[in-house]
Parts: sequence; structure tokens; C-alpha cells
Amino acid sequence: MRRLTVPWTGLTRRRRHRFAPLVVLAAALGVTGGLYTALAPSPHAEAASGVSTASIDQGRGLFLRNCSSCHGLNAEGSSDGPTLIGVGAAAVDFQVGTGRMPAANVGPQIVKKRPSFDAQQTAALAAYVASLAPGPAIPDKSQLDYTNSDIAKGGEIYRTNCAMCHNFAGSGGALTLGKFAPALRGTSPRHMYEAMITGPQSMPVFSDSTMPAKDKREIIAFLRNSAKEPGPGGLSLGKIGPVSEGGVGWLFGLGALIACAVWLGAKAR
Amino acid sequence: MAMLEKAAAQVGGTIDDRFGAAGWIKKTARKVFPDHWSFMLGEIALYSFIILLLTGTFLTLWFQPSQSEVVYHGAYTPLQGLKMSQAYESTLRISFDVRGGLIMRQIHHWAALIFVSAMVVHLCRIFFTGAFRKPRETNWIIGTILLTLALIEGLAGYSLPDDLLSGTGLRITEGVLLSLPLVGTYLSYFLFGGQFPGDDLIARLYTAHVLLIPGIFLALITVHVMLVWYQKHTQYPLPGRTEKNAVGYPFFPVYTAKAGGFFFITFGVTALLSSVATINPIWLFGPYKPGEVSDGTQPDWYMGFLEGSLRMMPPWEIRAWGYTVPMNVLVPALIVPGFMFTALGLYPFIERWVTGDDREHHILDRPRNVPTRTGLGVLAISFWLILLAGGANDLFAITFHLSINSITRAFQVLIIVIPPISYVVTKRICLGLQRRDREKVLHGRETGIIQRLPDGEMIEVHEPISDTEKWMLTQHLSRRPLELEPDTDDNGIPRRRLLLSKARARVSRFYFEDRVEPPTPAEVREIETSGHH
Ligand code: HEC
Ligand code: HEC
Ligand code: HEM
Repeated sequence: MRRLTVPWTGLTRRRRHRFAPLVVLAAALGVTGGLYTALAPSPHAEAASGVSTASIDQGRGLFLRNCSSCHGLNAEGSSDGPTLIGVGAAAVDFQVGTGRMPAANVGPQIVKKRPSFDAQQTAALAAYVASLAPGPAIPDKSQLDYTNSDIAKGGEIYRTNCAMCHNFAGSGGALTLGKFAPALRGTSPRHMYEAMITGPQSMPVFSDSTMPAKDKREIIAFLRNSAKEPGPGGLSLGKIGPVSEGGVGWLFGLGALIACAVWLGAKAR
Repeated sequence: MAMLEKAAAQVGGTIDDRFGAAGWIKKTARKVFPDHWSFMLGEIALYSFIILLLTGTFLTLWFQPSQSEVVYHGAYTPLQGLKMSQAYESTLRISFDVRGGLIMRQIHHWAALIFVSAMVVHLCRIFFTGAFRKPRETNWIIGTILLTLALIEGLAGYSLPDDLLSGTGLRITEGVLLSLPLVGTYLSYFLFGGQFPGDDLIARLYTAHVLLIPGIFLALITVHVMLVWYQKHTQYPLPGRTEKNAVGYPFFPVYTAKAGGFFFITFGVTALLSSVATINPIWLFGPYKPGEVSDGTQPDWYMGFLEGSLRMMPPWEIRAWGYTVPMNVLVPALIVPGFMFTALGLYPFIERWVTGDDREHHILDRPRNVPTRTGLGVLAISFWLILLAGGANDLFAITFHLSINSITRAFQVLIIVIPPISYVVTKRICLGLQRRDREKVLHGRETGIIQRLPDGEMIEVHEPISDTEKWMLTQHLSRRPLELEPDTDDNGIPRRRLLLSKARARVSRFYFEDRVEPPTPAEVREIETSGHH
């Protein structure tokens, strides 16, 4: 086997390792792949970004077994589920990652439950659906990095766009006909981001053109902060507004006072 | 008692030496107050009011009733750098930067909730025991005004911080004003000082909240309590208590000590609640912006019945002469509460008209002995409770996974069906209790012991009740329906106001047709002399 000499790798002759060629090959493939990803027409955009065909194949297998009954053999949709062509990896990651898919219940809204698939299987399903047509991709680490985001601004954007359904503190709220916007306290930043870009069920889509990625991170920063914020005033009473306060006022305020009055009245005798 | 009298005399003496008012002081100190826990409900309201005055004064030291815009730079980072009104900013400052400010805010707000709830329960006590009868109708009217004012005072106070929830509440208030035909627009323009939200509203509400309404409150509460003093307190029936005396403890020192102690209990409970549980966390709501709104925006509970009334009303509108009259706002927000409070205020006069009773009453009714009144009271309460629940329909939906549309539909049906059912059921229960009382007087208390007579017959042993209890169960008057007067008077001349008297006879029959008479002394004596059973 003839040894390849690759001066620009920076490896000196003396330190040349016998696996070096393989590394170089992989690097070359990577670069080519990367270039291809950047330049090629988008259909395979996500498939190529680090996802192997093996993964797509595994995803197709999982899809046929678990999803095709509703979404059709080629994800073209059926009377029981919409088409998934073009919904993107983000939608699958959100739906499967929060346990909403595969759908099971027959309520007015498909609800969150324990996910049926592990992270690797979810990624495979996402890769398969993404390979069918381009769509919103799963946000990467940098897109989700909200550590330097402005919480106050996030709060403002949240109150303008989301509070009417999810309540001022992300406690959730009722919509019409038994549908509801869920509480957002336990939701991971990734699923928050994906919910915004895919707009599950009755939720509107907040695409990057209407709401820049920076705003989304600010919302996430606001929601994460509000979920872990200690209540300066004591028990939060569910953060649902005056209704729980009224109940507590009657029960523990007036109720306690009437108990005292009865006690004082009994003492008189 | 001798010791108490001595104490009263001593105080009288001490003050008399200086001010020469021995007679008045002595009389005052020895004034007797009947005692019962339900007589302390009004006190809870009174003490909550005092707590509101104290904490409210503290808050005025920092609150800025202004809608001019500022940028927030206070201690609460999640709002850092946002534009907001001075009112909101100063409320945040009270919550986070003023020492003890947050607890004061929380005491103020919890006390407000307790204040109104105590008034409501106090009112129920007055109603169900008939304490509103002559000569206390004036105090009933004052009470109704106080309750109405309390709702307005609460709405004004709730709106002051200018946060997202209170702004939404004001928006609804504006909608209600606008729904008034002809004058609505002007009224709204006048109140808000221009287009909603305007720049003047907070300042105006502030004046009403800290000056105008509390002033009226102080005056009315003073008259209210003075009247209790001069008319003497009512008392529950017991042997020895008559319409002409008042049996209880002297004002000083017993009543003063108890009342003083109860003030501190009220303050203590309110303060404890305020240190444990958050109320109105305005920092979570954010500043008011006309374009923003939060899901499930509810008012404080005492306005909840109006919210429910609005949410329950079908979307009806009347279009006429180029105007649109939004019945879906006008009816639930003005006509329904208007009717409720008018009926409340007029009730003593309605009952007096029905009974034709012009005597004074100082002995209270047991609710069961006036079944129709008690039934009507429960009818009103059930109506109010369904409205209140309707105001939280979204929370029912989300808690029980139901459709908000079906819940609203269900409430629309319940509000019509439940009140009459409550009336009938309550009345039947009262009559049943009265029948049991009658049995008890005539045949004694059931003991549950079964005795077998020599001839094999089984009977339950009844134990005779004490004379006191007998008196208690027979002291009340059982009213009969008014007789319809003849159409013509003695001279054959047709009576005037015939229709009115007919209506009165009919209502009287509605009130008193079903009744259980207490045993007469003759009946009791007969049973006693003929031996038991
Ligand atoms: C019982 C039928 C059923 C099964 C099984 C099912 N789905 Fe769905 N799925 C639905 C329905 C119905 C919707 C539409 C929900 C809506 O928007 O109201 C949906 C929506 C989705 C969406 C969102 C589409 C969009 O427009 O954003 C994704 C992604 C999805 N499903 C993926 C899957 C995957 C992956 C599986 C298999 C693991 C699966 N589904 C299994 C019924 C099903
Ligand atoms: C019209 C009402 C509506 C608006 C506005 C709305 N949402 Fe939602 N949201 C929903 C509904 C309904 C769901 C549940 C969807 C489902 O279960 O598939 C949801 C789900 C979510 C979830 C997933 C929660 C979970 O735990 O799975 C997140 C995160 C979320 N929304 C965030 C947002 C944010 C952030 C905004 C504002 C940018 C927003 N929503 C605006 C109605 C709304
Ligand atoms: C500001 C709120 C109120 C305060 C501070 C208050 C205070 C009091 C107090 C201290 C008493 C004497 C003790 C008692 O009987 O409980 C009383 C009596 C009375 N109140 Fe009120 N009250 C308020 C509201 C109301 C309301 C809403 C009503 C009814 C509509 C009402 C009607 C009456 C009547 C008729 C009495 C005389 C009762 C009797 O002598 O048995 N009050 N009030």
C-alpha cells in the first residue's frame, strides 16, 4: 500500500500515523459533504447534515410500523392524520419528543404523554420525515443558547404573542371546544423553540420572518426564568390570577376568622 | 357581675372627676350587648376596614397615581428596562424596594377580600334571622349601600397599579359604559378623560379610592354602628329575652375586651395569610399595554358574579334606528346587578308589605320558622354562586378537561333551573324541621330505644324535653296568609286600590300558605295532663 503524503495536514513525516489516511479521507468527505450541503438544492438539506442514510432507513421502518396507519405509507396523509411532507424535522422532534405522537387519545386535542421513542429513534423518525421535503430543522445548540438573552424583552414579546393563550406566567389556559394551551413550566427550551416554529395543533406558527430567532430565545429566557423564579410574596397559588386568591381568602381568611368568632362565642358561656 | 359593675363604676368615676360625664359614661359602660358568634361577622368587616385604612395610608406614601411613562430600573430584573406608567413603576417599587412594602400590599389586598366576604356573610346573617325588620330597615339600606360601594372601591383599587390584568378589567368597564344607549359614549369619555385608556384615569380612580369612597364609608359605618347602639342589638330567642329587653354582657369591660381582642385576631389572621400567600403578583402580569392580554383574566372574587354574568350571556344585540344596543353587555353588566341590588335593598319593605306587620322586632327568627324567606334567600345565593362560577368557566374547562362551550351552555341552563329548585328544596327542609320541632314538643325526643309492651306491641321510648327547650320551640309566631278584604266596604262602596290589595293577598298566600303551626299552650297542656302517649 502506497503511503500518501499530505503536507497541509500539518502532520510531520515522523509522527505520521497509520490511520492518518483514513482521517484525511473522512475529513475530505466531510468537507465535500459540507460543501454539497451548502450548495446543493435543499431537499436533502437535513438528511445530509450529519444524518446517515442508515438513520433515514431506520426512521422509515419506525414510521411504517408506528405512524403510517394515520399518516399514510409515504407520509402523504390520510383521513386519520395530515401529510407530513414538508413539516420538517422540528415538527417530528416536537411531536414525538413530547409524546404527542404516535397519537393515542380521541379527545379534542392530542395531549402530551411519556414519549414512546428514545432520542435516537426520534432522531431517525425526524431524519426520515425531513428527507421527504424541506421544512423547519431541529434548532441547534447556538440557536437555543439563551444565556445572554434579555428576559424583560422576552416577557414583553411573550405577553404580546403568547399570554392570551398560555396565561401571563405560562400556567396554561382553556381554548374553545375543550382545547387548551398547556402550561409551559416543564417544557424544555428545545421543545419551546420547535413549538414556535411549527405551531402544533391550534397554536399559530411563529416563523423566523414574523418573529426573529433572537426574539424566540428571549421568550425562552423569560419562560425559563419565570418557571424557576421564587415567589417573593410566598405561595404562588398556581399563578392563575384572582380566582385561587378568592378561594383562599374565603377559606383561610374569613373561614379562620369565623372559626375564631365561634370559639370566642363558645367561651362566653 | 358585681365585680364588672364595680369596674365600670370605677372608670366612670375616674373620668367623671375630670370631665364630669359620669352619667353618660356609666350608662355607656353598662350598656348590654347580646352575645353570639354570628354577631361578630359585622365586626370582622369593621376591623378589616380599619386594617384597610392603616395599610392603605402606608401605600399612599409611595404610590404615584400617574400614567406618564418611565423606564424601569428597579430591583426586579425580569422587567428591567421596560417602559411603563409611573403608577406601575411605583407599585413595583413598593413591592421590591420599600422595606415592608410587599407585606403591606399583601395585607391591604387580603384584607379587602376578607372585608367584602365578611360583609356578605354578615348580610346573610341579618337576612336569615330577620334582623332587618322594623326598626332596623335603615341599617339594612345603609348596609346595601356599603356593599355596593365596597365593590366599586375594590374595582378602583384593583385598577390603580396599571398592570396587564387591571388594564384588562378597565377595558371591560369601558365596554360596559359604552353599552349604555345614548349616554354611554359621553360617560366613558367623561370617566376616562378622553379615549381609552387616556391619561387621567388612574389619577381619578386614586381620588375616588383613597378619599371619596373611604370618606363615605367612614360616615356610613359610623351611622351604621351608632344605630346598632341606639336601637340595641337583636337577640336570639331564649326564655327571659323579650322584645322589650336586651340580655347580655355590659359594654365595659366585657364587650370592649372581647371586641378589642377580636380586632387583634382579625389583624393577626390577615397578616399571617399575607406573609404566607401571594396576592396580586403584579410583577408577573407586566405593565398594561392596550395590545396585550392574558388568558383567563378574572377580577377579584367580589366582581366575579359580573364576569360570570358577562361570560354566560348569549351574544344578543338589538339594532334599531341606526343604533346597536349590545344586549350581551347591557343585560349582564347593568340590568342583572341593578336588579340584584335593588331587590336586596327593598327586601325589608317587600316583606313588611306582605306581612302587614308594623310591630318592632328585637328577637331574631330561627330561619326554619320563616320558610319562604329562607327559601328566597337560598334562591338568591344559588343564583349568585352560579354567576360566580360562570366567571371561572375557563378554569373549570381546563381542570376537568371539558369544553368551555359546553360549560357555558350548562351554566346558562343551571342559572335558570337551580335557583327555583333551591327555593323549593330549602322551603321543604324548613317545613320538615318545623314539623320535627312540633313533634318534639308534643311527644318528646326520640331516644332510639324500642320497648316491648306486655301485649307484644313495640313502641319507641320518647324522652320529654326540658321546659326551656319547649319554650324555644314554641315562642315564635306562625304567620297566616292575609285574608282578602271584600271588594266593597261596609257601605257597599267599592274599595280603592283593589288591585293592589288583591296582589298583596296573593303574595301573602305565596309566603304563608304552607306552614306548620307550633303547638299551642292548650295542646301542650292537654298532652301533659293526659299522660304521655
Ligand atoms: C392515531 C393516528 C396517528 C398516529 C398513529 C400518528 N399520528 Fe401524527 N398526527 C395525527 C394527527 C390527527 C395529527 C394532526 C394533529 C393536529 O394538528 O390537529 C398529527 C400530526 C402530526 C405531526 C404534526 C404535523 C404538522 O403539521 O406539524 C407530526 C410531525 C406527526 N403527526 C408525526 C407522527 C409520527 C412521527 C408518528 C409515529 C411515531 C405519528 N405522527 C403517529 C395522527 C396520528
Ligand atoms: C392561539 C393560542 C396560542 C398562542 C397564541 C400560542 N400558543 Fe403555544 N400552544 C397552544 C396550544 C393549543 C398548544 C398545544 C398544542 C399541542 O398540544 O399540540 C400549544 C403548545 C405550546 C408549547 C408546547 C408545550 C409543551 O409542553 O408541550 C409551547 C412551548 C408553546 N405552545 C409556546 C408558545 C409560545 C412561546 C407562544 C408565543 C410565541 C405561543 N405558544 C403562542 C396555543 C397557543
Ligand atoms: C362596611 C361594611 C360593614 C360593616 C363594617 C358593618 C358593621 C356592623 C357591625 C359592627 C354591626 C354590629 C354587630 C353585628 O350585628 O354584626 C352591624 C350590624 C348590622 N349590619 Fe352591618 N356592617 C357592614 C355591612 C352591612 C351590610 C352589607 C348589611 C346588609 C345589607 C348590613 C346590615 C346590618 C344590620 C341590619 C345590622 C343590625 C343587626 C342587628 O342589630 O342584629 N351591614 N354592622
